[in-house]
Amino acid sequence: MLVVKDLNAYYGKSHILQGVNFDVKQGEIVSILGRNGVGRSTTCKAIMGDVEPHGSVMFKGEEIVGKKPHEIAHMGLGYVPENRDIFPTLSVRQNLMLGMKEAGKEGVWKIDDLFDRFPNLKERAENDAGVLSGGEQQMLTMGRTLMGNPELVMIDEPTEGLAPKIVEQVGELLEEIAARGVSILLVEQKLTIALKIAHRVFVMGHGHMVFEGTPDELRANDKIREEWLEV
Amino acid sequence: MAELIIFSLLHGLVYGLLLFMLASGLTLIFSMMGVLNFAHASIYMLGAYVAYTISQYVGFWPGLIIAPVVVGLFGALVERYGLRHVHKYGHVAELIFTFGLAFLIEEFVQLIWGKQTVGYHEPAVLAVPLFEMYGQTFPAYKAFMLLVSVAIFIVLLVVLTRSRVGLIINAAITHPSMVSMLGHNVPMVFMGVFGVGSALAALAGVIAGPSLGTSPGMAVLLGPIVFVVIVVGGLGSLIGAFVASLLIGMMTTFAVAIDYSFGQFFMDVGLNMDPDGVLSDLYTVTIAQLGPIMPYMLLVLILIFRPTGLFGTREV
Ligand SMILES: Nc1ncnc2c1ncn2[C@@H]1O[C@H](COP(=O)(O)OP(=O)(O)OP(=O)(O)O)[C@@H](O)[C@H]1O
Ligand SMILES: [Mg+2]
Repeated sequence: MLVVKDLNAYYGKSHILQGVNFDVKQGEIVSILGRNGVGRSTTCKAIMGDVEPHGSVMFKGEEIVGKKPHEIAHMGLGYVPENRDIFPTLSVRQNLMLGMKEAGKEGVWKIDDLFDRFPNLKERAENDAGVLSGGEQQMLTMGRTLMGNPELVMIDEPTEGLAPKIVEQVGELLEEIAARGVSILLVEQKLTIALKIAHRVFVMGHGHMVFEGTPDELRANDKIREEWLEV
Repeated sequence: MAELIIFSLLHGLVYGLLLFMLASGLTLIFSMMGVLNFAHASIYMLGAYVAYTISQYVGFWPGLIIAPVVVGLFGALVERYGLRHVHKYGHVAELIFTFGLAFLIEEFVQLIWGKQTVGYHEPAVLAVPLFEMYGQTFPAYKAFMLLVSVAIFIVLLVVLTRSRVGLIINAAITHPSMVSMLGHNVPMVFMGVFGVGSALAALAGVIAGPSLGTSPGMAVLLGPIVFVVIVVGGLGSLIGAFVASLLIGMMTTFAVAIDYSFGQFFMDVGLNMDPDGVLSDLYTVTIAQLGPIMPYMLLVLILIFRPTGLFGTREV
């Protein structure tokens, strides 16, 4: 469903992505792991067209390099950024409403379902989203992207800085997303959730992939883990 | 005294809301695109001239509608085919672009309509006094200006706080790229905001033209004050722009009405000043004479004591 071939991206003169190759199949959960600064977020942004991509990105059989971010989103690709980027001056409900691509058009995901799932958000539905805790903000950003009915969602470090209890909730939501047939590209640094739910994992080195395999294969591969993952 | 207060209040309100029609567009454009549009007041002037020409053929009322639409479209085109391309060269390039545009419009206006004030007048129905009080009259046209600007203020408020487009605009002010990654066409929203901002400026020009005079100097007359308004209110803050517009509108009109000099003040507080001393020129300065520079004095005070402006979050 998503095939990335020889993807390159730059910030000014620095060459950040140096030929990234990977793919996500329909209904699959794929995780990209790697240390800080190797270019995982840049990969997501380049795919979304937020950072200028060079190379090829096929989504549902169509080349999306050169398309604008909003066009890519409309094709069914969703992105949950790592810094969460909630709209702080809008209410929780308004944030969710902006996730819908057309006014008042809920799809598979409904605001009320989400509120049932996360009573904290429901309680603060009319409050400014800026006052939410880190965990609540994470749920809100994921919920917001889901309101747009993505067929594939790229989620960038959803568990960063969250308490173990919340991390667990994030994991559950990810599983539910997958259960509804949405493909997931999960960018992570910690292995816990990724190895538990992913079908395949990629390890990113400096600007390109250095490993591809199943979670079991990664567990068995001490060399890759030592060289590219453990701090 | 009551007469002075009532009339100054009314005139201040008219002037303040006129300022707001300009300031609201300017501050919205700034907060979304980071561009201080130096051509904004020129667009206001263009609105008055376009409406004048239309009024020559079909009368005042069609001009009131058509001119803002035409100028708004012009603004949208400027964003789409000008500013958007300059954007990648940074804010300085954008600033210079809007500077150039301001000069261009000014030259264009003089080329087409000449250097003299043109005879753009209010329609006959409005060229009458609305009421008379203490021997002073309040023109119906001023009331009409008040009506139009209040209506615009309400529409703007409702659109920005209640509509989906308003939500998108609010979100795009802080996180434009996130908004577009959720599937909203942010470049088009930018173009729309620039277009509507220009249309509002033009509408301000249309209603101000018959009252303040339609001449090539009208942009320069109001432009700097509008900048003062958005800085005092806080760059990017619509509420700030509203409060500052009214504040400056009231301040200037009240000042003009007060015939009170420093010498008078010193005398009233019991200080005896030598009327022929070195500072004698200062004593004779009246508040009315200070009126035009008051906005700038306020600007300086704000920049010293509250650099973010009254309601702003970012420093100038
Ligand atoms: N806006 C930017 N301008 C310049 N350089 C950037 C920018 N954003 C990221 N970089 C650089 O690009 C490299 C890759 O960044 P990226 O955010 O993709 O890393 P990452 O793998 O997501 O790691 P992490 O999220 O842990 O920081 C880093 O060296 C970073 O310093
Ligand atoms: Mg990252």
